Amino acid sequence: MDSVDGEVNAAMLTARVRLERPRAGSSPFELDVSLQVPPGITILFGPSGAGKSTVLDCIAGLARPDAGRIAAGQDVLFDSQAGVNCLPQTRRVAYVFQTLALFPHMSVEENVAYGLDGLPHKERESRVKELLKAFRVDKLRTRRPAEISGGERQRIALARSLVTQPRVLLLDEPLSGLDAELKAAIVDDLRAWNAARQIPILYVTHTRDEVDALGERVIAMDHGRVISEGTPMQVLEAPRRKRLAQSAGFENLLYGTVVDLREADGVMRVRLNASHCEIEVPLGYAAPGDRVHLAIRAGDILLATSQPRDLSARNVIEGRIVAMETRGTLVRARVDCGVEFIVHLTPGAARTLELVEGSRVWLVLKTHSCHLVDE
Amino acid sequence: MDALLLSLRLALCVSIILLAGGLPLAYWLAYSNWRGKFLLEAVVALPLVLPPTVLGFYVLLAMGPRGPLGKLWQTFFGHGLAFTFGGLVLASVLYSLPFAVQPLIASFESVDRKLLDASAVLGAGPLKTFWRVILPLSIPGVVTALVLSFAHTMGEFGVVLMVGGNLAGVTRTVSIDIYDHVQSLEYGEANRMALVLLAISFAVLSVVYAVNRQVGRQIGRRLWTPWTAK
Repeated sequence: MDSVDGEVNAAMLTARVRLERPRAGSSPFELDVSLQVPPGITILFGPSGAGKSTVLDCIAGLARPDAGRIAAGQDVLFDSQAGVNCLPQTRRVAYVFQTLALFPHMSVEENVAYGLDGLPHKERESRVKELLKAFRVDKLRTRRPAEISGGERQRIALARSLVTQPRVLLLDEPLSGLDAELKAAIVDDLRAWNAARQIPILYVTHTRDEVDALGERVIAMDHGRVISEGTPMQVLEAPRRKRLAQSAGFENLLYGTVVDLREADGVMRVRLNASHCEIEVPLGYAAPGDRVHLAIRAGDILLATSQPRDLSARNVIEGRIVAMETRGTLVRARVDCGVEFIVHLTPGAARTLELVEGSRVWLVLKTHSCHLVDE
Repeated sequence: MDALLLSLRLALCVSIILLAGGLPLAYWLAYSNWRGKFLLEAVVALPLVLPPTVLGFYVLLAMGPRGPLGKLWQTFFGHGLAFTFGGLVLASVLYSLPFAVQPLIASFESVDRKLLDASAVLGAGPLKTFWRVILPLSIPGVVTALVLSFAHTMGEFGVVLMVGGNLAGVTRTVSIDIYDHVQSLEYGEANRMALVLLAISFAVLSVVYAVNRQVGRQIGRRLWTPWTAK
């Protein structure tokens, strides 16, 4: 870490933003959020239309909040009460758009050097070189954006926005459309670059995969509000709302009726609608006869080809596979047990068990894999 | 041949002035959020629907010795504006305004807004964004604006007749010259002139379209390939 950057360190991004109508034509909800983004990567997670990109636009100065305050460290970028509203070009907030917005008529090198006007030629050149190297695209200097691959374009967009030594980096689903491996490689390079600089990075995504892969602080948004924040485990494993549960990748959303409560054991039994299936789930605020919603992740369900015995898992349900579908390194099975479950397993497991459509199987569900979700 | 040279000179002057003035005007019309913008858009488009005589009539009044423009010109240059080459240029600029401004607006508006946002967050002010991003991506529109204002000025008749009259070497453009010859039943002369104009116009337009197409092909590959996602 060099000493010049020392002062910039530990500059937290704080944003309080209120906006009546985030975008003309979109569903009329009010955006009202308050975010603290410490140095390092913070994920802003939520379904499409939750208002995530609008928050980024406000921080970058491309949209104007009705009220609020945005500051990077000590520097106030926007303050409705004090009447401060810095222009986007003076905020030193880097922003990588989902479409990347590379200048199509410029070479890679010209794109990356775009933000460096006013610097001496030598320094400009060395900074461009450094960034192209940091993101492993130094061989593409003279190419145009149309002539390189998607992953390379994403790297160049990152290099272009970081070459200006911003104090905040905003990323709006910049890696969508890349496979997991490439994504991880780019994020590693980004982390390496940020290790010495420690700027706050706000990373917007709507996919759970990316949240898992990045594995850092998460702020979850929906309908213009922050609904929870913490580690990915805290935010994703304990959904507080049905909407979030869906977006957080619960493939199975089931409806049921509470049969009885076993308070001493901390569980209750729920009969799933339109079937005779009864499963044991964690105790919730419910009384016998109440209707409840359950969310179960497809990857949390075990499959057996003979009836399992002597298990700690409390729920074993018999069913039949109605469909199997391979998606990359994942096999998705639909199992009919009176109600239909979606189960994820690895191709290896599917081969070993010789699973085909029509196979008779038993589903094994741990009590605590069944999440109660509010309506 | 005087008439032909005069026409070429006029068209060249008008195209250059229209490009210089059309760029800021089109920029403003493309990006301003002003509510009354539609009024200015209507004014710019007026020459498209007005008969050239109506436009010429009012321009003539304005440029006359008692008109505001005429008086202004008189104080600066010591002579009137009507029936001079300068007056002709001014009238032609007004008359061809929509042909220059509208292609420019269209091409400015087709530049992806995200590129402008990207430019801003990279620290560029509006002027740098215009020169480095908007203009280079609007080259086809600039070429179209130049060709249309040149061609439209070459071919104009009514406005020139109203404002410029028919002074040999000063305001007698090629279209008026042809009209003159026909009036005096000199069909041979008229035909010679008309053929020359036809040949030149065709040659100029062919060259311009060929070049534009060539550039367009490069642009198609380099500038407009839908390389952005989706």
